[in-house]
Amino acid sequence: MPLATLFEAGWTGLSADALAVAWFGLLGVLLTGYAILDGFDLGVGMMHPFVAKTDDERRIVLNSIGPLWDGNEVWLVTFGGALFAAFPEAYATIFSAFYDALFLVLFGLVLRAVSIEFRSKLESPRWRRAWDRVFFGSSVLVSFLFGVAVGNAMRGIALDERHDYVGGFTELLNPFALASGTLAVALFALHGSIFLYLKTESDLQRRVVPNIWIAYGIFIAVFLATSIVALSTIPSTTANLKESPLLWSVPLVNAGAIVALGIALRRHRRGMAFALSCLSIAAFVALLGIALFPNLVASSVEPATHSLTVYTARSSERTLEIMLLIAAIGMPCVLAYTSIVYWTFRGKVRLDAQSY
Amino acid sequence: MDVVLLSRIQFALTVMFHYIFPPLTIGMGIVLVYLDGMWLRTGDRGFERAARFWTRLFALNFGIGVATGIVMEFEFGTNWATYSRFVGDVFGSALAAEGIFAFFLESGFLALLVFGWDRISKGLHFFSTVMVALGSIFSSIWIVVANSWQQTPRGSEIVPILRDGAPWVVDGETMMRAEITDFWAMVFNPSTVERLVHVWLGCFVMGSFFVLSISAWYLLKGRHLTFARRSFRGALLLATASSLALGVSGHSQARNVYEHQPAKIAAFEGLYETPDGGAGMALIGWPDDEAGELRGAVEVPGLLSFLVHDDPSEPVLGLDAFRPEDRPKALIPFFSYRVMVGCGTFFIALTLFACWRWFRGSLFSSRWLMRVFLFAVIPAALANQAGWVAAETARQPWIVHPTLTLDESGEPARDADGFIAYATVTTPDGDERIAGLRTTDGVSRAIESEQVLRSVVLFGMLYLLLGSLWAFLLYQKVLHGPEDETDESPPEQAAVTVEVLRGAGA
Repeated sequence: MPLATLFEAGWTGLSADALAVAWFGLLGVLLTGYAILDGFDLGVGMMHPFVAKTDDERRIVLNSIGPLWDGNEVWLVTFGGALFAAFPEAYATIFSAFYDALFLVLFGLVLRAVSIEFRSKLESPRWRRAWDRVFFGSSVLVSFLFGVAVGNAMRGIALDERHDYVGGFTELLNPFALASGTLAVALFALHGSIFLYLKTESDLQRRVVPNIWIAYGIFIAVFLATSIVALSTIPSTTANLKESPLLWSVPLVNAGAIVALGIALRRHRRGMAFALSCLSIAAFVALLGIALFPNLVASSVEPATHSLTVYTARSSERTLEIMLLIAAIGMPCVLAYTSIVYWTFRGKVRLDAQSY
Repeated sequence: MDVVLLSRIQFALTVMFHYIFPPLTIGMGIVLVYLDGMWLRTGDRGFERAARFWTRLFALNFGIGVATGIVMEFEFGTNWATYSRFVGDVFGSALAAEGIFAFFLESGFLALLVFGWDRISKGLHFFSTVMVALGSIFSSIWIVVANSWQQTPRGSEIVPILRDGAPWVVDGETMMRAEITDFWAMVFNPSTVERLVHVWLGCFVMGSFFVLSISAWYLLKGRHLTFARRSFRGALLLATASSLALGVSGHSQARNVYEHQPAKIAAFEGLYETPDGGAGMALIGWPDDEAGELRGAVEVPGLLSFLVHDDPSEPVLGLDAFRPEDRPKALIPFFSYRVMVGCGTFFIALTLFACWRWFRGSLFSSRWLMRVFLFAVIPAALANQAGWVAAETARQPWIVHPTLTLDESGEPARDADGFIAYATVTTPDGDERIAGLRTTDGVSRAIESEQVLRSVVLFGMLYLLLGSLWAFLLYQKVLHGPEDETDESPPEQAAVTVEVLRGAGA
């Protein structure tokens, strides 16, 4: 098939609505990639004041994500770009509705990048201490705000007939959203601490262990609380589960992964524990998808007509197909570079002349 | 202030601060490929030292470029939601392609380039350098494609948005958006290639003047002389070639702009009235948008006509040929265009003069010339910024520029009032609209001016902090210089270079 024909409409043979559902799934893949990868480096940022005592230890912690964090953030950028292209209405609605929160996220992400980049450039202990605090604070802030955004997306926000947000900033800080924010912080802290265990040695590594358990305990507590609030106050979370009982496998996998994670930690199988925390994050994203579908953003006002669904928010059939082609060419390359980078920097952290 | 103005200020602030860095990384990428490639080929430690040093500066620029770049991608949605709904089908795919094809490539291989010196082979390191340079170039391709489509849209049509198979109407207004009809026509719209070449050359000028500036500083201080001379000569070649090419590209681009966006040229030149005969070009003047005249103009007669038509007596459309609501304000475009052209002329003169001194063998003997090069990086950055400011302010009041329609003779068609008529689109209920989007119609409805003001202040302070830290750390790194030059012995190095040149010739 000549390449040019792939840019004609209709080469997939799928209807526009089927393509929209496919893109809903692909966005889920991008979001999962982001949450797993940036999740651990955000978690490392939250953990580092609790485990690293000396400056060398702090540098080891920082360099455990040194060559990786930038690439991890690209998953978010690509998720944003893909949302823009596949569901422009949803991109416009979500980004303008969460205006203040998103500028705080951006503020956090920029400061975090700068703290990683600049911390070790000068010898001064005061300089380094200041950037360490920024690194910690921005990691917590960004994770929390992502959780808040996800919570609000599940709960539904006030949209008008044009799908524009008509509520205020304080409405976004409702109990469920705050609980989701806390859950994101606890989840990433747990994920990051296990990653840190795998990348460190001796004293530093020994200090990570109790912190993994503390993170695990907090995570379990917040997870249970958030689940109860979700199930009791947001009926839409289970609507799809009632419709297709097969989907119950996802929350079961999630619960199973969380329990198995605790067992793996007890048996000192940290590699397995990390795989399980990745699986649990993937299951969380899948649960978000199940809770939302077919909505992308639910409206708390006139949900039937004012919500944005994958069908109303989608781009044209041709654009969705072009995007599918771009993803088909691009994603294998992305996986290849990501593997090369992770392979090159595998094993325990070693500081050298190029380290942060 | 209203949301539109504040959002424009915010976008200008974030994009201008961001755009200090991409031209540096794109330009320096070429330098790194050369140095790393020469190290791979010759094994000369001098090239390795140079590559390591410039990579450190490259990484610093790159880090801030990425951190500030994310902001823009979010801003389309936060501040320009209505615009995003209108263009997403077309513009979004270019942006997503940038993410998948460029950002992953850059960020992945950057890790190997910066942190991989002692972990991967020389060959793989060179490959990573090439990939990072390519990634930054891919990124510029997609972003220029997306921007050029907004200037000269092709391969798309404006259609009603459907809800349950019927046009979607809100408060009596049929909701419309642009959709792709032909992907490659969208990518290769009439201005993409011209603008891309111009942007690249601007980046090469920026990267090479950055290297020239730092090398000149070492030469003035008498430090790292062999390294500095070598870097200086290489960068001078790139700077000269790019400056000369920019002159050619700028000229051909001006003609392209006149063909597709004549109001833009009129704004660049402060040409308020269409002259009867040839149009002159003002060297200086003050465009008074209120009065609609260019005050105190010192003009070269017929020059503008000559530049766009190759004929000094053929008229050029002035702003009065357009409907009053379709006219851009000339003040900012007029001056930013002149800053860009003025800087460009200066680069050509400066680099040619330096090459002549090099030919005469006296390039490094004049301290004043090195001092000029030390500071010439400032006009290089300024010219890159001014070019974009001119391009973006002179396309107002459009955020998506409508296309011209031509009459039978191939001239721009006129409407009933005798003004230039843009292409229109008819809504299902028979309404006729211009097939473009006004900037004032693109802003988010969900936000208020206090919110935007807050984020402008927040990011203004953040960028102030970031800019000062960047300048401070850059100075620290330059002060530290390339590492261990103990084994440096100038005569031997020169002999090696000669051998290398011979080897290359053989």
